[in-house]
Amino acid sequence: MMKTFKMKGLAALVPLLVLLTGCSDKIAVLNPQGPVAREQYHLIVWSLIMMSLVLAIVLIIFIYVLVRFGRKNNKGYDPNNTGNRKLEIIWLIVPVVICILLAVPTVRTLYALNDPPKATAKAPASLHSNAMTIDVTSVDWKWLFRYPGQNIETVNYVVIPAGIPVNFRLHAYDAMNAFWVPELGGQQYTMTDMSMHLWLQADKPGTYAGRSSNYSGQGFADMTFNVLAKSASDFDSWVSDVKKNQPALTMNKYMQLLKPDNVKPMTFSSYPKELEKNLNKAQMEGKQTGKSTDNSMPGMNMSGNNGKGGYNP
Amino acid sequence: MQNITNFLSHFFVTGDPMIYGADASIALASIGIVVVLTYFKKWKWLWDEWLTSVDHKRIGIMYIIAALLMLFRGGVDALMMRTQLALPNMHFLNAEHYNQVFTTHGTIMIIFVAMPFIFGLMNIAVPLQIGARDVAFPFLNALSFWLFFFGAMLFNLSFVIGGSPDAGWSSYAPFAGAELNPGVGQNYYLIGVQISGIGSLATGINFLVTILKMRAPGMTLFKMPMFTWSILITSVIVIFAFPAFTVALALMTIDRLFGAHFFTIAAGGSPMLWANLFWFWGHPEVYIVLLPVFGIFSEVIATFAHKTLFGYVVMVWSMIAISFLSFITWLHHFFTMGNTAPVNAFFSISTMLIAIPTGVKIFNWLFTLNRGRIEFTTPMLWALAFIPNFTIGGVTGVMLAMAPADYQYHNSYFLVAHFHSTLIAGTVFGIFCGLHYWWPKMFGYLLNEKLGKWSFWVFMISFNICFMPMYFLGLMGMTRRMYTYPAGLGWGPINFIITIGAFGMGLGFIIMALNIVWSAIHGKKDTTGDPWDGRTLEWSTASPAPEYNFAHIPTVSTRDAFEAMKEEKREGRTKPQLPFKPIHMPNNSGIPFIMGGFMFVAGFGFVFEWFWMGIPGLLGVVACMIARSFVYNDHHHIPADEIERIERAAGRLS
Ligand code: HEM
Ligand SMILES: [Cu+2]
Repeated sequence: MMKTFKMKGLAALVPLLVLLTGCSDKIAVLNPQGPVAREQYHLIVWSLIMMSLVLAIVLIIFIYVLVRFGRKNNKGYDPNNTGNRKLEIIWLIVPVVICILLAVPTVRTLYALNDPPKATAKAPASLHSNAMTIDVTSVDWKWLFRYPGQNIETVNYVVIPAGIPVNFRLHAYDAMNAFWVPELGGQQYTMTDMSMHLWLQADKPGTYAGRSSNYSGQGFADMTFNVLAKSASDFDSWVSDVKKNQPALTMNKYMQLLKPDNVKPMTFSSYPKELEKNLNKAQMEGKQTGKSTDNSMPGMNMSGNNGKGGYNP
Repeated sequence: MQNITNFLSHFFVTGDPMIYGADASIALASIGIVVVLTYFKKWKWLWDEWLTSVDHKRIGIMYIIAALLMLFRGGVDALMMRTQLALPNMHFLNAEHYNQVFTTHGTIMIIFVAMPFIFGLMNIAVPLQIGARDVAFPFLNALSFWLFFFGAMLFNLSFVIGGSPDAGWSSYAPFAGAELNPGVGQNYYLIGVQISGIGSLATGINFLVTILKMRAPGMTLFKMPMFTWSILITSVIVIFAFPAFTVALALMTIDRLFGAHFFTIAAGGSPMLWANLFWFWGHPEVYIVLLPVFGIFSEVIATFAHKTLFGYVVMVWSMIAISFLSFITWLHHFFTMGNTAPVNAFFSISTMLIAIPTGVKIFNWLFTLNRGRIEFTTPMLWALAFIPNFTIGGVTGVMLAMAPADYQYHNSYFLVAHFHSTLIAGTVFGIFCGLHYWWPKMFGYLLNEKLGKWSFWVFMISFNICFMPMYFLGLMGMTRRMYTYPAGLGWGPINFIITIGAFGMGLGFIIMALNIVWSAIHGKKDTTGDPWDGRTLEWSTASPAPEYNFAHIPTVSTRDAFEAMKEEKREGRTKPQLPFKPIHMPNNSGIPFIMGGFMFVAGFGFVFEWFWMGIPGLLGVVACMIARSFVYNDHHHIPADEIERIERAAGRLS
């Protein structure tokens, strides 16, 4: 019996080692491909080290007491051993110290993620600036991406320039979803009553898988999209190619997209001006019936960017 | 005619062989129960001895039976999910079914397994541990049970009538609102959980008063057994947390039934309000199902290490600290809902702080074992396994508490793995531990040790096979609540291993069920009332305890009161036998059962928005209250010679 306990202890450490080396590119979170994900990755690795330490201490004491005092007639039996001030203070202080060691980088990272990452490449000409903004709307069960600067709309995939910080402004048309591209960085919810934003940046050109991480009903499992990061020149040629060869998004087509189902990726060379407001379902219905919905809640905009990327419908 | 068939095919869930199977088995089981009861002429026995009982021990047993049945249902749900996820692109369940199954699994496991199981164990042990004859409000206690029971029945009915809820156990708005989630499924959730929630709140009040007012003479607060302490603190959490949930459920019910918009934005409502209210209850709730098992482990570890608990006072203060902190961490469930950095920082740190008192407790348990004489009984194995397995759940909890890292773990299988590591290695190990520990006190015989150990090892090892790989799956990007996943992402093999582990846990549970059946026939009798060499007062009376618990209320002078009594006896200082006096006990009552029945009828009516049914149901509830207020003769006395006869039959007079 004792042996099994010991082996279990060892077995628990092996996966931790595998994790720490993080060698497999299948483990998306441990394979960061951009500054945001990397920042989070460092925090994760640090916490893993500290937590393995805690686990190791507990396991060592656990195994020791079981082996030593699990025998029928062990020598050290002392039923009156019921307290030890010094020890109790030690194991009060040790967790406090560990908490501090974890809390400090946590708070630091929290604040750091508020700011856009530093650009590592030259911006494409079609961007007109050093950062990019994309409006993301989750609609049961698809993702709409709108490029206000380029006047382009894509569905279920998004193209970004590599090495440039991208401000994803997140909205929901109906149910709540969450926008998650693990290799580029952690998720944020998309909601109907408040707009959120998320900075992401890809180091290199490549394809990064994303999906909704908040359950929203039947088609949720298929609510995936790809993020295609392209070099500056490739990005520019993609933009001009879309402008030349793709259809415009009509209001009719848009209304079709709002129906709940899963669709294939699509590309549109422009979108109707009315859509710039990213209306949610209640507002859309209000607009059609002429009734106000009173759900613009400026106080709810807590995205922490001081209105920079802020957005109020 | 057409109308009727149309109605019936919507009323009954149709078109799925699994549902017909469930229909058939429910019908068969009901017929079977009726036949057996009638054949053995047991109806009157059932009514007199059980359904109308206000005896905390009987109520405890009924809680546990119901919770075990619900555990079976929740477990079948889990195995269905794991079968569907065993391989990529499986077609065992479609999206609609899968969504219902994880919703009922989560809701049943938390509300109808973990809580009632704990309520069952505390009903059995707490009055005995504090040397009381019953709880403070025995009638209310029975009512709590029947509200839980009928709430659970209503919730389960959704499987065959009308359709199950599918918005997840957390039922986030706006998805759970009437517009995105039409049909009656979500109503079942709201009303079934509400009915049993009222019972839970009453239980909280009942046990708070019981523990504060009914302790044996001499038992000061800091001489109480640790399990009683944990229940005292849990009761306080219940009283503060449940009202938030009651209100949230009521508001969403109003949204769905009467077209209000508390949680949908159409008229200025806020989905985020639901998240706040839900988790303001939801996080304390996890401590409602965790602190009591901390108490159980404390009792079991002290008993089988044959030592007094190490650091008793610190243990108590740790629990008090946890209960306080549990109310200021709820936001960690939605770090990714657009909070500002200072808000997330506050809740990150408050969550991490919980690790400190929890860590202190772990070390105190380890040092209780230190210098002990450890005896590896089945309850002790569950308690020992808790320490490393729960620590894994705890450290991953700290990792989740670090908000920026949580952006990557949130809603992924990492999270699923984490909360099962705490809910199973904590709560489930704990209730199994308590079940084996107090079984002799409940029934007067022991569960078989050999089968007990088999079920432990099979369950515990399978648990690790099932849930450890999930951490990796989460880091690979698989999110919770996905009904299927494509091949080629490398998720297949891991999912397959997880499914093997899940079925292993099922096997462990079956062995435990076998043990219960086997031991009912062959189990070793407990003639002493103290089969484990226990330390607390519940072991000082007969097994099973007589209706009145203690012929004489014990006087307490130290912690581990019964251990001290035995010590005195060993030293030859026996007290003279006092004469028996008549004992005052509460009368049985059928009203709690009937009132629960009316609640069920009302609840069913409101689920279908049939107010012609719901309102009379509620009137029935009120009528029961009025009827109760006219019951003046609600107690009786057990005469002294009857007590003497019972004590003699139990072999306690010598
Ligand atoms: C045989 C043991 C169990 C297995 C194999 C199991 C499996 C699972 C799986 C696979 C999920 C995730 C479903 C999904 O997100 O797609 C899940 C969810 C959940 N489980 Fe379990 N589980 C088990 C026992 C328990 C127990 C004992 C509890 C609580 C006491 C519990 C509470 C929950 C909760 C609250 C959820 C979340 C449901 C939701 O997302 O709404 N489970 N379980
Ligand atoms: Cu929580």
